[in-house]
Amino acid sequence: MTALRVWLGDPNPASRRQARLGQLWLAWRRIRRNRLAMAGLVIVAVLLVVAAFAPWIAPHDPLVQDLSRRLLPPGTPGNLLGTDDFGRDILSRIIFGARITLYIIALVAVTAPVLGLLIGTVAGYFGGWVDATLMRLTDIFLAFPRLILALALVAVLGPGIENAVLAIALTAWPPYARVARAETLTVRSSDYIAAIRLQGASAARIIAGHVVPMCLPSVIIRVTLDMAGVILIAAGLGFLGLGVLPPTPEWGLMISSGRKFLFEQWWVATMPGLAIFIVSLGFNLLGDGLRDVLDPRSASR
Amino acid sequence: MSLLEVRNLRVTFDTETGPVQAVRGVSFSLGRERLGIVGESGSGKTMTGRAVLRLIRPPGRIEAEAMTFDGQDILNMPEREMRALRGKRIGMVMQDPKYSLNPVMTVGRQLTEGLRLRDRLGRADAVAKAIAALEAVQIRDPHRVMDAYPHELSGGMGQRVMIAMMLIPEPDLLIADEPTSALDVTVQAEVLSILDGLVRDRGMGLIFISHDLRLVARFCDRVLVMHKGLVVEEIAAANLLAAKHPYTQGLLNCLPRIGGPRGPLPVLDRTGV
Amino acid sequence: MTSLPSPAPDRQFTRLLGQIGYGLAALAITLLGLMLVTFLIGRVVPTDPVLSIVGERATPAQIAAIREKLGLDLPLWQQFFIYVRDAVQGDLGNSIRTGKSVTSEIARYFPATLELATLGTIFGTLVGVPAGVLAATRPGSLADQIVRVVGLMGYSMPVFWLGLIGLLVFYGQLDWVSGPGRLDPTYDMMMEFTLTTYTGMILIDAALNGAWDVFGNAVSHIILPAGLLGYVSMAYISRMTRSFMMNELGQEYITTARVKGMPEWRVIWVHAMKNVLVPLITVIALSYAYLLEGSVLTETIFAWPGLGSYITDALFANDMPAVLGGTVVVGVVFVTLNMASDILYRLVDPRARI
Repeated sequence: MTALRVWLGDPNPASRRQARLGQLWLAWRRIRRNRLAMAGLVIVAVLLVVAAFAPWIAPHDPLVQDLSRRLLPPGTPGNLLGTDDFGRDILSRIIFGARITLYIIALVAVTAPVLGLLIGTVAGYFGGWVDATLMRLTDIFLAFPRLILALALVAVLGPGIENAVLAIALTAWPPYARVARAETLTVRSSDYIAAIRLQGASAARIIAGHVVPMCLPSVIIRVTLDMAGVILIAAGLGFLGLGVLPPTPEWGLMISSGRKFLFEQWWVATMPGLAIFIVSLGFNLLGDGLRDVLDPRSASR
Repeated sequence: MSLLEVRNLRVTFDTETGPVQAVRGVSFSLGRERLGIVGESGSGKTMTGRAVLRLIRPPGRIEAEAMTFDGQDILNMPEREMRALRGKRIGMVMQDPKYSLNPVMTVGRQLTEGLRLRDRLGRADAVAKAIAALEAVQIRDPHRVMDAYPHELSGGMGQRVMIAMMLIPEPDLLIADEPTSALDVTVQAEVLSILDGLVRDRGMGLIFISHDLRLVARFCDRVLVMHKGLVVEEIAAANLLAAKHPYTQGLLNCLPRIGGPRGPLPVLDRTGV
Repeated sequence: MTSLPSPAPDRQFTRLLGQIGYGLAALAITLLGLMLVTFLIGRVVPTDPVLSIVGERATPAQIAAIREKLGLDLPLWQQFFIYVRDAVQGDLGNSIRTGKSVTSEIARYFPATLELATLGTIFGTLVGVPAGVLAATRPGSLADQIVRVVGLMGYSMPVFWLGLIGLLVFYGQLDWVSGPGRLDPTYDMMMEFTLTTYTGMILIDAALNGAWDVFGNAVSHIILPAGLLGYVSMAYISRMTRSFMMNELGQEYITTARVKGMPEWRVIWVHAMKNVLVPLITVIALSYAYLLEGSVLTETIFAWPGLGSYITDALFANDMPAVLGGTVVVGVVFVTLNMASDILYRLVDPRARI
């Protein structure tokens, strides 16, 4: 163990692998010391576990109604966080809601960055009018307020989880395109790209094989930081009734259904909001810590 | 009595991988003379200069057995008194005017700021003094320079402004930290001769920090050679070429000489030091 | 002896003109694209605007007549051309719900949103900038941690949920503020019938009329939603201020100021702040724009008759002209704010001036 630690901490690494692992280890040590980032990591991990094992963790079926047990306050035996207006257990609904949230995040995380990467790398690699056109397009989408564009899109596409994801992804790609373009511009003129081009590689091959991998790290940091925003927009759409349809236990939708009894049965609206808040805080804390560790400028302080 | 007395100065930075000592026990004393500090980058010469002004910010720490300026203990002096000392009695000229001048303030405001705030001078008096200072560093059109922003000045002009700014309060000690390294070779000599003339005329002490041995030898009375945070040799500038310490000799051997042998220059041998 | 280099004044002027021209062209293209996107969204909408006007049992002839009247029989590019031409003249079509002009309706709703977002941004800036500076000057301290956590919490809070909690606590439990709406009904009547409307922003109008009881009531209504939006914008502004300030405090000119013996408050609030202000202007403009957007959800909670409520209400009534009109207006405000911050930026940063 100590030998490994010495090997990792060696200021004069003997191989590239040692240098890279040493850097990773240093980053991990830094993030370990950052208590807030660790808290974020724990929250995200708990979300994953809860979503994966929801049927075994949840004390009740999230959809079964029991009108004799409606609007029970938190702390009632058997219903830790109380029940909603249909007598459904709020805790169980929140636990199953974690799956929906995770599903939305995952879908957005695999679509928006891919679209952004594609547009950004192509624009950066080809330059000229391709760049001008694509970046103008990016600017146009950036000019739209995200939530309002998503609203208009869902209004057209109709409510539903896939449409909500599509609308969010369509509004989320421009920042990724910007980041990818900036990275592409820095690698485009490098000698190794020129060498590959001289070997006769096609543009598509160069972009996919050599440019995209260079952009990935900065895009991945952005994804983590972006997830909290995605959760909030998804919840907002759900709250307005434009996301998932009832009776699916989606957190935003749960808040909106609890609004009617806000002053009498406060817990119905409050509890799912707390869940949204904690999860998005978790992603923010983690992303924040990651950026601190991976951004050399802030790390040097 | 000497102007500045530094005994066993240490500057430590606490980093994740443990404390790093940038200066590891430097002692020297300075009268109204010109002292050169030479060394490679990372030898601790800049940190020594900034430690004298107590400008090391956390996570850096300054420790010393003693540090006195004109008989005053500047190691334990409260920050308020230290501030009065800075600018008024000790000035510092930094390497690159591109970074050391505030980019969004006009030269005039930066020059008159100290006069107006500390010396409570009226606007007209302060401007007159600033213009006189610009003239002293041989700037031909001081009125225009007063209204200019730093990015509108060339490097040589910027450094003259910097020198003028530091000399306005007529300090007793000036620390010049690589004052010409960022400048074009052609203006280096000009700026140096301006600096030299002013220091000589006003009889102030000068700490001249540089990596350029010959420059230091020409400019200073005495030279400290620093290496890895330690002073390895203290020598009169005139005798520099006869330096005894192997590190100084090593440095000297790396310099090209007119009329010398044309083979590749030797590289510093770091094994013995 | 050296003297200042200076470009010939006439070349300076042409460059300035060129920059302005380029900026305007870029703005025009962005706005055109914005309208194209909303136009296309409007055309693929599944509910037929004709059916919603004439009803399900209209004859084919009636439908055709309406189609022609709305210009729906023309090719798509012509429809877009007409749409843009009308929009430039301030005509965004008529609302399907009310039959009134969308432009005039938005003009009536917009001041409420503007009032809310402006007040929120003022709160956010007044608290956020000092908090960010405090955190930046003491990195790692307790104050820094608090600013950081409070900021991150603002980032992570669903605005609509925060609004509900705010209502529950400050209105329902503590009764410190008034509930939803812009005014109590009685004052609302007063505002409507006895006072002159100048701006549509109640705080300003009431003050101009000298109706201080109306003003007080309006304050008790706006304070909660504006405070909540202010918290969200404070979270963003304090974080950005902190990072800009940290960056500037590491610069060499800060050392120069300290060498000159300047007191620390002057080093921070004059030397560093002047430089922080340059990027901060963009951040404040952006956060202002985000508040306009964030108002969509806030206004629903607080029954605030602003643009956000207008758009969501239209959405549920399938009133597409109103939805798209509102979207275009918000988009235009967004773009304009960006442009304004760009101009301000040039004024503050001498390096950006030509």
